[in-house]
Amino acid sequence: MSSVRVEELYKRFGRVEAVKGISFEVKEGEFVVLLGPSGCGKTTTLRCIAGLEQPDKGKIYFDDEDVTPLSPAARNIAFVFQLYALYPHLNAYDNIAFPLRAEGLPKSEIQQRVSEVARLLQIEDILHLKPRKLTSGQKQRVALARAIVRRPRVFLLDEPLSSIDAKLREVTRAELKKLQRSLKATTIYVTHDQVEAMTMADKIVVMNFGDIQQIGSPHEVYHYPANLFVARFIGSPGMNFIPGSVEERSGQLGVAINSAYFLPLSEEQRLALARFSPSVHQVILGVRPENILVVGDEEKVLDGEVYVFEPLGAQNVVTFRVLGHLLKALLPGDVVLRVGERVGLNFREVRIFHAETEKLIA
Amino acid sequence: MNEFQRRALKNRVIVVILVVLLCVYLFPLYWMFSTATKSKVDAFSLPPKWVWRPQGDNFRGIFYVGAGGALGTVRGIELKLKPSAFLRQLGNSIVVSFVSTLLATFLGALSGYVFSRMRVRGKDDLLFVILSSRMLPPVVIAIPLVMMYRSLGLFDTRFGLIIMYTVFNLAFAVWMMRSFVDDIPREYEEAALVDGYSRFQAFFKFVFPEMRVGMVATAIFSLIMTWNEFTFSLLLTGERARTAVPSIAHSLGTAGVNWGHIAAGSFLMVLPVVVFTFLLGGNLIRGFTFGAIKE
Repeated sequence: MSSVRVEELYKRFGRVEAVKGISFEVKEGEFVVLLGPSGCGKTTTLRCIAGLEQPDKGKIYFDDEDVTPLSPAARNIAFVFQLYALYPHLNAYDNIAFPLRAEGLPKSEIQQRVSEVARLLQIEDILHLKPRKLTSGQKQRVALARAIVRRPRVFLLDEPLSSIDAKLREVTRAELKKLQRSLKATTIYVTHDQVEAMTMADKIVVMNFGDIQQIGSPHEVYHYPANLFVARFIGSPGMNFIPGSVEERSGQLGVAINSAYFLPLSEEQRLALARFSPSVHQVILGVRPENILVVGDEEKVLDGEVYVFEPLGAQNVVTFRVLGHLLKALLPGDVVLRVGERVGLNFREVRIFHAETEKLIA
Repeated sequence: MNEFQRRALKNRVIVVILVVLLCVYLFPLYWMFSTATKSKVDAFSLPPKWVWRPQGDNFRGIFYVGAGGALGTVRGIELKLKPSAFLRQLGNSIVVSFVSTLLATFLGALSGYVFSRMRVRGKDDLLFVILSSRMLPPVVIAIPLVMMYRSLGLFDTRFGLIIMYTVFNLAFAVWMMRSFVDDIPREYEEAALVDGYSRFQAFFKFVFPEMRVGMVATAIFSLIMTWNEFTFSLLLTGERARTAVPSIAHSLGTAGVNWGHIAAGSFLMVLPVVVFTFLLGGNLIRGFTFGAIKE
């Protein structure tokens, strides 16, 4: 297995800039997820790493070897496609053996390696079947087997779970992660599904409009989103935003919302704000749904009116109307509210963003 | 009448209409076959004879000069049969149309692949130019072509005709094959590329077999077009390389029209195409519906 380094990668298709000079690194054995909405350049980035696209500018290194000019075949990578791309005229066995035959390995070794991988993925009993006869879950395993069998330097996966149903996806997610761990495989995984990214990644690269928005661990990306885009994209429901202005009231620095409510800032946030010059007045408050609390009058920061109430069982999604803004809260399943009810709300773990640059302040 | 009866009646009406249409389409074929196997007297009898004694004079007549009438001796001299030019012309037809169809389909498949997969500068314009070769009636370019063919020594050669037909079918083949390749998911070749194969290997190992249906459909169309082509064969050939179609028309000679010969010749001309299409017909229908239904 190798490490991967992408430097200043730039790729355009006609007039569209698909990837605008991005850089990131994947350590050996690391599971990195490229996450973003469709058209954000994540798949183009992956295809450049695979060698299926030639970048216009920038370099790609495996370990310290510059592989940018190499063909896909010479890079020794494995690529799992969204629709698996199993060769329809070959059965599962031959599909898995296909890359080994390209290397010209002797028959006995091919057989040994295929059955080894088949055992690992528990697909020994379907090796004689053509892809047409396989379920999507089986196809996916065969595609993975084909990727693993050649012992590549890097695994590249392009939305491999998007075409299997939700239940199976959950199971496969866990299995895939376990498999990656046990193989210590350097893996770059493309998805638009933030749940997949959060559950599987060691490191998430959030992309939008061909640019990297943030690189960080799932924890960092979730709790300290670099900007409003990341905050909105990660988490379900995404982060809530309320515009406010920085004010000093009775000697305490805080954020005033609509002049009616005042939220004092933490020490850390005050220090971060102080570093800005010119000083920041307009900010946006960001609160995760699970950090909105229903509280009694003495603790409340602001009042909210229940607008929509969606029970999910263990939890309820409640939409509050607060000063014309709609805030989504995740409340425990035993908190039952009526639509139109007025309750006191408090926040914990509030992030503040720059209103103009939309970047995280603290 | 309830809903089910109405639907049943509707189906029956549709079947009747289809049968009538089928008869209309098949009637010329029937007429051709009957004329070819009737004697001259039977062929012209009025009202037409629906039952007749089939005879092969007309077929013999187109293969042998002087075999049109009764065989035997004329004034004590045995009539020697001389092979006619028809056999050679039929051979020309077969060689020219099959070779040009093969070439056009193969080259069309290759360039269709390129047009579908690679970024070619001015791709759309190129495709339009290719198609535009089919936009004017062939007769328009006939005179310059004849002059060119004469000065290049291609006039009245099978090779010349093969070039002509290949080029003509190629426009169609490129467009057909491009849309077929468009429907083959790119991921398959890309998987092969990643798996360690070269672009050529990926093409021949994977894409080519997947293109089979498209190539068969293209080949059938090309073959029918070439096989039945009249104008160029008439204009670009003399005695040696002429194909069968214009030579059948040629028997509308000065000595009146020998309908029996024309019918027999036409029948022989239709036969190979019918057989070929029947053999590959399944592919043709799949070819038509290719891409219309997602798997």
